Amino acid sequence: MDPHYQHLYNILANSQGYIFPNEIDLQWGILIVVYPFITGLVAGAFILASLERVFNVKILKSTYQLALLTAMSFLLVATMPLISHLSQPQRAYEIMITPHSSSAMAIFGFVYLWYLMVVLLLEIWFDYRHSMVVWSNEKRGVMKWVYKILTLGVSDISPETVKWDRKLGYIITVVGIPSAFILHGYVGFIFGSIKANPWWSTPLMPIIFLFSAMVSGIAIVMLIYMVINYFRKQPIEVDVLDSIGKFLFFVLILDFTLEGLDQIHRIYLAEESFEIIKLLVSGKLYLTLFVSQGLVGTIIPLIALAFLQFYKHKIKLRKTMYFIVGILVMVGVYSMRWNVVIGGQLFSKSFSGFTSFKVGLIGLDGTLMAAFWLLIPFGILVFLLWLLPPWKMVNEEE
Amino acid sequence: MKHYIPPQLTRLALAFAIFITLFLVLRNFLVPDTFGEYGHYRGASLIENEQPEIHYSGQQACFECHRDIEDLKAQDVHSEIHCETCHGPGQKHVISSKATDILKPSSREFCGSCHVMNAAKSKNAVIQVDLKEHNIGKNCTECHNPHQPWEMKK
Amino acid sequence: MGNEKINSSRRKFLKSAVAIAGATIGYQVLKSSPVLISAAEPKDESLPWYGIVIDIQKCIGCGSCAKACKNENDVPVEPFFFRTWIEQYTVKNDGSVDIVSPNGGIDGFEQRVPDEDIFKSFFVPKMCNHCAKSPCEQVCPVGATFLSPEGVVLIDEKYCIGCRYCVQACPYGCRFIHPVKKVANKCTLCYHRLKKNLAPACMEVCPTGARMYGNLRDKNSELVKFLKEHTTHVLRPNLNTGAKLYYNALSSEVR
Repeated sequence: MDPHYQHLYNILANSQGYIFPNEIDLQWGILIVVYPFITGLVAGAFILASLERVFNVKILKSTYQLALLTAMSFLLVATMPLISHLSQPQRAYEIMITPHSSSAMAIFGFVYLWYLMVVLLLEIWFDYRHSMVVWSNEKRGVMKWVYKILTLGVSDISPETVKWDRKLGYIITVVGIPSAFILHGYVGFIFGSIKANPWWSTPLMPIIFLFSAMVSGIAIVMLIYMVINYFRKQPIEVDVLDSIGKFLFFVLILDFTLEGLDQIHRIYLAEESFEIIKLLVSGKLYLTLFVSQGLVGTIIPLIALAFLQFYKHKIKLRKTMYFIVGILVMVGVYSMRWNVVIGGQLFSKSFSGFTSFKVGLIGLDGTLMAAFWLLIPFGILVFLLWLLPPWKMVNEEE
Repeated sequence: MKHYIPPQLTRLALAFAIFITLFLVLRNFLVPDTFGEYGHYRGASLIENEQPEIHYSGQQACFECHRDIEDLKAQDVHSEIHCETCHGPGQKHVISSKATDILKPSSREFCGSCHVMNAAKSKNAVIQVDLKEHNIGKNCTECHNPHQPWEMKK
Repeated sequence: MGNEKINSSRRKFLKSAVAIAGATIGYQVLKSSPVLISAAEPKDESLPWYGIVIDIQKCIGCGSCAKACKNENDVPVEPFFFRTWIEQYTVKNDGSVDIVSPNGGIDGFEQRVPDEDIFKSFFVPKMCNHCAKSPCEQVCPVGATFLSPEGVVLIDEKYCIGCRYCVQACPYGCRFIHPVKKVANKCTLCYHRLKKNLAPACMEVCPTGARMYGNLRDKNSELVKFLKEHTTHVLRPNLNTGAKLYYNALSSEVR
């Protein structure tokens, strides 16, 4: 028997209650959990970087380029889980040429392009342009040409021109903040606008996605800052960590409040779907929702961050705590994506039953593929940090 | 006032203009010709959706040859049932006339799919029989002519 | 002086380049505006506007419809893909509801609950509702599913990218991904038969006439007369899908 059908017969045997016959197999699997996680990191890292530029949070200066390059590394990979999950990936270009204006998913191509080319690329370009011109003059051979191409052949680094770099970069950053909101908010809207699925259908969905994205983005910049400085044998400034930690703390509180509000509202209204959702949450989703997302990913980090806000303990302890908090928060946000995507498909639209889900290891929709798309950005980041090292940039002391 | 346009901006504008133009030109070649004729879809798809072959011919096609059965069936309780409900898809047989290209089911299970007793079936809609008791071991067609069910054989 | 000369010739070049680019872009935009702006659907009144009625009082759960559909439409026989299926509801005296659909009902049904425990029991055939305000059509990112001029929701198999958004959006669970063709698939109301004036396969074989289809625009059609004389319901009216599948005698337990 076709192995795929064997897999389906197993699921059929494990289904509970009544599910519509076509609902046996989950349509969106682990790759669709990974995609919002990745774009969330992009949006969150970018917003943290924007805090420095637009709101002049000076202490974050040393993480500015790091945040931007992190966002870029993840953005370059962001499309891949989507394309590799399509059952006709060779037709993916159709979204760009005939986007259906009533479909939230159709926006993807253009929002992604806009964010990549206009926001992120340009902001990095304006910030690095001066340094790239200097490097193109200093280097020899292939690298000279690489930098020359990167500067689009503009070699003007007069003070007037460099001042324009700043101005334009600032404009892009300001434009970039709502763009980041749209980049990740629309993903939430994709779920929130499905009236057929009561676990997804809520106007709060884009907002919840966005705030948890900011949480994960801030956490990953904090983690990368610690890891990069460790490998470069540079000091890890605890003031920087305290500052990032403060933003993380407040955004995490907001995120927790919003997600809590969504659930409280659902419990209070107790609409038609409430009975099956109650069973879902107390059964199949118990571990990933209450333990992984709630306790490990939110409550424990909140307590730790609150502690770190009010008691300035030994520096080594604080650094370790920030590192652990960063990891826990990432686990929590990943679980949130899992709970939304997978949770929404585990119960039937008949509201009378459940199907089951087992992630395969291999195959285009398996764990290994998902891990691959999650790890590649780190490789890209290492490459970008080599190509555009923030610590070797030309200092423009006015 | 000096007309100063920052050179990086003009270079960028040029790069973007080239990119957007290339995109639009490429798009022009990629969008299917019939797209947008009737709505946001390929007009040709309407015709493609008409193409699949039919498998069920409809009982008028059966009656063209089997007039005797048409008359027989019209007199008894199965009159409203179309031929292919029991005999399966008939188009292949309509074309080839071979008896092997059509089904002639006669098992208890087959007749039972309609007639087996089930509380969900309205008694007005169908006569129901307890297959565990009614003439066990015999095929329904041994006593009932499917085209004239109440005219018992023997 | 030399610089000004270079600047002015550079400016001239830029001006002409922008003019050419602008003209190209403008031409492209104008040419593709029927696609960029949502094309209004032509309301051709001469075409039928198809609706469906299913009479629950007449369905006997024989499974002929589901079987015929798979035969007619090249749907794999495995119990995971159905363009139409039948559900058996058994409401017990204690208030609980037992719903089953073994192999979509193709092999018929058994009575699983003894008579004395049954409050009421009935069959509900399900199929695509061919919604006039279809959520599946709304969410397709590329325009691979659409409402035909006759009101039939169809799929463009050559254009579908397999993103599965439509499968998620359908509140009735009618859509699936065809395991061989690897694109979305669902009941097409046997569009290929309708265009030849043949009834959809499921309606052709239904022995009790529980399934009906017809032109909602034709006030004299059997369908419209039935709608006038009976109390009908659609599934999930709160979702405002404009479903054109009307059930007679739909009981409140049905989703």
